[in-house]
Amino acid sequence: MKKVKIGRAVCTIAVVLISLYLLQKLLMPKYVTDVIEGALIAEYYEEEKDHDVIFIGDCEVYENFSPNVLWDEYGINSYIRGSAQQLIWQSYYLLEDTLRYEKPEVVVFNVLAMKYNEPQKEAYNRMTLEGMKWSMSKVKSIQASMTKEEHFLDYVFPILRYHSRWSELTADDLKYMFRTKKVSHNGYYMRVDVKPAENVPGGKVLADYQFGDNAYDYLDKITQLCKENDIQLILIKAPSLYPYWYDEWEQQMEDYAEENNLMYINFLKLIEETGLDFSTDTYDGGLHLNLSGAEKITRYFGQVLKEEVGLSDRRDEQELVLRWQEKQKFYEQDRDEQLEALQNNQ
Amino acid sequence: MEELLEILRDLHPEVDFETCDSLIDDKILDSFDIVSIIAEIEDQFDVVITAEKIIPRNFNSAEALYALIQELEDED
Amino acid sequence: MLFTSYEFIGFILILFAAYYLTPGKKQWILLLAASYLFYFLADPVYLIYILTTTVTVYLAARHIGRIAEEQSVYIKENKTSLSKEEKKAYKAGMKSRQWKCLLVCLLFNIGILAVVKYTNFVISNVNSVMKWAGSNNQLDFWDIALPMGISFYTFQAVGYLIDVYRGVAQAEQNPFKLALFISFFPQLVQGPISRFNDLKEGLFSEHRFQADTVCRGLQRILWGYFKKMVIADRILTAVNTIIRDADSYRGAYVFVGMLFYALELYADFTGGIDITIGIAETLGIKMAENFNRPFFSKSIKEYWRRWHITMGTWFTDYIFYPISVCKPMLKFARFTKAHFGDVIGKRLPVYLSSFVVWFATGIWHGASWNFIVWGLGNWVVIMISQELEPLYERFHNRFHIKDKFAFRLFQVIRTVLLMSCLRMFDCYRDVPLTFKMFGTMFTEWNWQILWDGSLLLLGLSGLDYVILAAGTILLIAVSLMQRRESVRTQIAVKSYPVRFAIWFGLFLCILLMGAYGVGYDASQFIYNQF
Repeated sequence: MKKVKIGRAVCTIAVVLISLYLLQKLLMPKYVTDVIEGALIAEYYEEEKDHDVIFIGDCEVYENFSPNVLWDEYGINSYIRGSAQQLIWQSYYLLEDTLRYEKPEVVVFNVLAMKYNEPQKEAYNRMTLEGMKWSMSKVKSIQASMTKEEHFLDYVFPILRYHSRWSELTADDLKYMFRTKKVSHNGYYMRVDVKPAENVPGGKVLADYQFGDNAYDYLDKITQLCKENDIQLILIKAPSLYPYWYDEWEQQMEDYAEENNLMYINFLKLIEETGLDFSTDTYDGGLHLNLSGAEKITRYFGQVLKEEVGLSDRRDEQELVLRWQEKQKFYEQDRDEQLEALQNNQ
Repeated sequence: MEELLEILRDLHPEVDFETCDSLIDDKILDSFDIVSIIAEIEDQFDVVITAEKIIPRNFNSAEALYALIQELEDED
Repeated sequence: MLFTSYEFIGFILILFAAYYLTPGKKQWILLLAASYLFYFLADPVYLIYILTTTVTVYLAARHIGRIAEEQSVYIKENKTSLSKEEKKAYKAGMKSRQWKCLLVCLLFNIGILAVVKYTNFVISNVNSVMKWAGSNNQLDFWDIALPMGISFYTFQAVGYLIDVYRGVAQAEQNPFKLALFISFFPQLVQGPISRFNDLKEGLFSEHRFQADTVCRGLQRILWGYFKKMVIADRILTAVNTIIRDADSYRGAYVFVGMLFYALELYADFTGGIDITIGIAETLGIKMAENFNRPFFSKSIKEYWRRWHITMGTWFTDYIFYPISVCKPMLKFARFTKAHFGDVIGKRLPVYLSSFVVWFATGIWHGASWNFIVWGLGNWVVIMISQELEPLYERFHNRFHIKDKFAFRLFQVIRTVLLMSCLRMFDCYRDVPLTFKMFGTMFTEWNWQILWDGSLLLLGLSGLDYVILAAGTILLIAVSLMQRRESVRTQIAVKSYPVRFAIWFGLFLCILLMGAYGVGYDASQFIYNQF
């Protein structure tokens, strides 16, 4: 009798746990069609990890730089660990996380995130944090990022967060319960459509242009972490016209780079050198670059990496070449499909 | 006893007060009835049933209520 | 800590584990510690209030108890020597000593409640009067936090004290045990208001872990959460939309809001009580029931015997009876009978005492006029139906429909509608506005909103309405099943897979359909390109 009872209890617990696990898998957003930005962070873990360059930062990295161009033209193996509105502490912990797997020669950080000193939006937190594998870095990142109404438990058991998604499930939720579809090109989110930049609003006058202490703390931490690991940190500001990049901010970043002996590139000042044309090179009126724009500034940046940083050309490594051939195929296919879809729409 | 039964029947002619012993438990008497009963008893028996005596045990049957009245009369 | 917060669930889980690991004799100490911790976490300042009440009530009850002991010893010793008159005089003297002690302690504790709860109400009334009289002077409001659960624990403590005075309860010797009775945390937030005699056995005895009892407790908790999270918290969105914008939502919307609020309040309150009683049950403690399927009542009077029962009986036992059978009131009854005849003489005292009770019930619910009007509204309805009783009688003697299903259904619906109308005072929290909105139901004819899709603009989707409808049907079905016996008992006799499917299904319903968490209102990511 006792045996029966124990057996029943074990079965019950197993059924409960398995159903909850399956439900959670089913209910979590899959980020394969609509908001594919949510899938970027997790994709990294499936890569072979021997990159020369790692980008960290918000949409200004993952929509503006194309690792394929860096490989194709300079033989540089790079990856973008970018996510929507990635806050600077999230970038820091992502870097920590990345260093658990590999040690790149260069880390590139986009400084727009300096403008945020506090947690911002739950939805963006989710897209950055959920894809991370569990580690102390993830725990700390969650703790640093949570807004007031968020709860740590909701990250441990995402079903608590997505419980109401059952009413909006699609076939994709079932299809991608256990597997994923590649959506990015080494973290690059490709867009080929064009929407010229017109009437870009100027910056509103701010009460205070000083970046926050918290943001500076994490910038220091990033600098420190790179130094400890013998990694060259490059600060960049992508050429997005909006959100507005103030001169006062620029000055602070230039000062910081000088004090810490870092390379700082503001692409907004290099429009001519990169050959960027905001009537053809952006897909959303100047917020983000499209493929043509991204390739232009990546080409310029590759030159810098090659000549000023001295990264070597790795196109002689057979295995790497093979890997990139695959990637190149997917890149071209994605581009062609998007172009075709675009044409069909017109 | 007969006097008491009359008071009770006056309120609820449909109830058989001689046998029923769950007047409160079955919610036959409500608070308004109880207050009326107490007022009538005070009138006719000249005993005062104070609030602390209003417990189900004392009001569940006519018999119990009569016993209470006698006890109070005794004390007087 | 809200019942629906992770913190609360964590608190309960830890307490539960600790409780059954603690030796039986010490379990009540753990409960006391947990209750005070619960209070402390809400706000340490609150502890001062509850401690004051506990200490004063403890001392007063002990004092009253000692007088009673002294009396019984004295009477026993002098059984033969005392004449009947002497004995009576002695008893009266002792009673008056007890009465004085009771009165001081009552006034003090009710005074605390009155001061923290009603000072600002008095100030605002004084201000209105001054303004009306043309004075520009206005009193400042008093910035004071209302201690959590003060209305409930004060009533519970006062009830205990009166019970001791009446000789119904024994004065508790151990101040800490009394402290636990007054502060027992599951009932702090919304009751039920327990009686010392009912609860002491459960609170202070030893409890061994018993799978059956614990399971039943858990099942009840689950049901409570279902009502609260799936129904009440969901429909709340629509209720708020309607009552917060009284200018736009008039006419039929008021009717919809009224019914929605009735459902919301029912699900929220009974659900909360289910959680409370369920928690106590998992700890092996049986608490008094607070509801008995109130919406199946056939009259308002019956409704009030079945809704918030512990509060109703509290008011009846400690206010209604004492007032209606006190000597002055009996004298008054005789006086009216002599001067106005039997009919009025019989009624006036009862009506007067129930007026006091309903006024008190109203103001106990909240310190504002709308609650007072609400309370008195109940009183008016009850009095009217009382007066119409003979008429009903005649009606039923003529038409024999009293026991027909349709007529009973009519009575039930009438009660629900009447109660819902009265609750509008509670909704709009403003007496003139309530009357005005009530009026729009008859003056503004916009009943097409019921089917033209306007209801989908109240913050609830079609799916939400489906869930609410299904939930309500389930509520009604369960209520109907309860007529036979506890639904949990009915389920318990089923085979294991069926039982498992029912309870796990209920759990999944709460998990998936509960209106909780960030995900609830922001069910979709809106990515605005940053």
